[in-house]
Amino acid sequence: MTSAAEQAADRKVRRAGWLLSAPALFLLIIAASGPLMIILVYSFLTPGKYGNVDWVFSTDAWVGILYSRDIFDGTYKLADAHLSIFWRSVKLSLYTTLFAFVFGFPTAWFIATRSARMRTALLFLITIPFWTNLLVRTFAINQIIRNEGVLNTFLMWLGVIDAPIQIIYTDFAVFMGMTYVYLPLMVLPLFAAFDRFDMRLLEAGYDLYANRWQVLRHIVFPVVKPGVIAGSILVFIPSLGAFVTPRILGGGRNMMIGNFIDLQFGAGRNWPLGAALSVTLLVIVAVALVVYVRFANRDNGHG
Amino acid sequence: MSKSIAVEARAARKNYGTGTHTVRALDKVSVSIKQGEFFTLLGPSGCGKTTLLRLIAGFETPTAGQILLDGQDITADPPNLRPINTVFQSYALFPHLNVAENIGFGLQMMGRPKAEVNQAIEKMLALVQLESLASRKPQQLSGGQQQRVALARALAPQPRVLLLDEPLSALDLKLRKEMQRELKRLQAETGITFIFVTHDQEEALTMSDRVAVMQSGKILQVGAPRQIYNRPVDRFVADFIGETNFLSGRVDAGRATLSSGEVLSADIAGHAGEVTFAVRPEQVSVCAADASDCLAAIIVDTVYFGTDTHCHMRLGDGTEIVARLQNAPSGEIGLARGDAVGLRFEPGALQVLAQ
Repeated sequence: MTSAAEQAADRKVRRAGWLLSAPALFLLIIAASGPLMIILVYSFLTPGKYGNVDWVFSTDAWVGILYSRDIFDGTYKLADAHLSIFWRSVKLSLYTTLFAFVFGFPTAWFIATRSARMRTALLFLITIPFWTNLLVRTFAINQIIRNEGVLNTFLMWLGVIDAPIQIIYTDFAVFMGMTYVYLPLMVLPLFAAFDRFDMRLLEAGYDLYANRWQVLRHIVFPVVKPGVIAGSILVFIPSLGAFVTPRILGGGRNMMIGNFIDLQFGAGRNWPLGAALSVTLLVIVAVALVVYVRFANRDNGHG
Repeated sequence: MSKSIAVEARAARKNYGTGTHTVRALDKVSVSIKQGEFFTLLGPSGCGKTTLLRLIAGFETPTAGQILLDGQDITADPPNLRPINTVFQSYALFPHLNVAENIGFGLQMMGRPKAEVNQAIEKMLALVQLESLASRKPQQLSGGQQQRVALARALAPQPRVLLLDEPLSALDLKLRKEMQRELKRLQAETGITFIFVTHDQEEALTMSDRVAVMQSGKILQVGAPRQIYNRPVDRFVADFIGETNFLSGRVDAGRATLSSGEVLSADIAGHAGEVTFAVRPEQVSVCAADASDCLAAIIVDTVYFGTDTHCHMRLGDGTEIVARLQNAPSGEIGLARGDAVGLRFEPGALQVLAQ
């Protein structure tokens, strides 16, 4: 049993704690939850004529995510276009994550196993693209892969192809662009994981009859798995919401959720649908995260 | 115990770096290690003992020479194809696996059936007395426990040879003594050839069947601990193993004389000219200053060590000699700084070393 004085002191400490964290809490509530709340409220309103919202309750936006209303007979049909946008977003984001891993894993390993000076230089190179505006970088890719671009011109000059290969405005272009843009987000956490990795474990593995593949599969991979998880999340989430890259490299046709949301707040003039789509995206990300982290932590990579 | 050769190094050489930066870590080392032997590589850091161990394990390939296992040339085999396991100085336990999984790792990688792996894990856990910790992760264990896991992990695949790279250096003194006995027990129980690397001469002497003393990439002497201690081949070995007094002198006309002229009794067979005499401190006794057959000396210092007292004395020519004198029950040896005394070497204690 604690004395009254002790309880009072305890309360005082707790109150001081709340007071000290008040600025952070205030910011969190205003900056993080506030906008979310606005979006959530907007998703239940009616679109206004000039792109704003009318304060009339409606669930049309939510229905509109999956169904579109026939303008002639007023019946609801499954909105194939919306579903294919969702599907494309998830598919391209998964590919992006996978390929960022495929390219990022050896890259990070290479960097982590260099000398200290070389390492600093290589990490510097990895982070340099971050200094350049995303838009500029994406247009640079555009210049390379468009039909009259560097790549096609060069291949035609070589005589390898007769007509330009259609790369730009395809899903492949979007996926390639996003892999390029988000690769550093995979490399950096993987590098951090490899940096902590005790290289002597490799020798222990070889000593205990593991070949190179087994060492990678049973020792390296499970030990750096937290880095893989972090990198995958860092790549997957922004990929799913990306809109600059799909817009420039995918053209108008190969939309992703990001572009679709962008469209609703712009030319589409349907803010409630845009808000509902944003919330849906948030839910998809949250669910994907929970499933992924559960799955990744389920077993310890042993078997 | 069969006396066949388990591991053999033939003129093994290892260089690191190239050009002017070449470091010769091992210089034409040849050594044969017998089946079932507890063999120790002893030397100061940088003497090449760990390099030799790594050549045997297969982590390094020799610049020249061969490594043989049971008469087969394994020089080109990678470590995972050699039935040789290592206990690492840092233990290198797999942090993502628990104790049992660590121990079973080798057998699992060899593709052994699960039942066999589990059986081996049980057996090994019992052998190193860690049954209760099977599901712990390495980072939840004490240093001594990690050491046992590392041992069990290396022994589980029943290797032909077990390599131990200064495995006890991270443990405190008491635990180290315990693990020394434990290692001896494990070696006796398993009959596996142990190759043990250490810089601790006491550890080498107490544990080994045979010891190889190394320096600057070369093996200076191979022999049983007794032989190494009592019959060191040169000044380095004599100095590195235990404490030794050195006196310079000559052997000629069948007589051993100190540079100061006194005649000594020593086994001088095979020696001639300038030599060094070596004598262990415990083989030196102090006598009266005027006693016959004694060298005159002055006591410079006495240091009390509990069981004995080290008595530092200076001869007429300035050579310092240490005698280790057993303490009387009173704890007094009755000698003090500045006393003029005589000192005498036990018969047969004097070693003659080539210059």
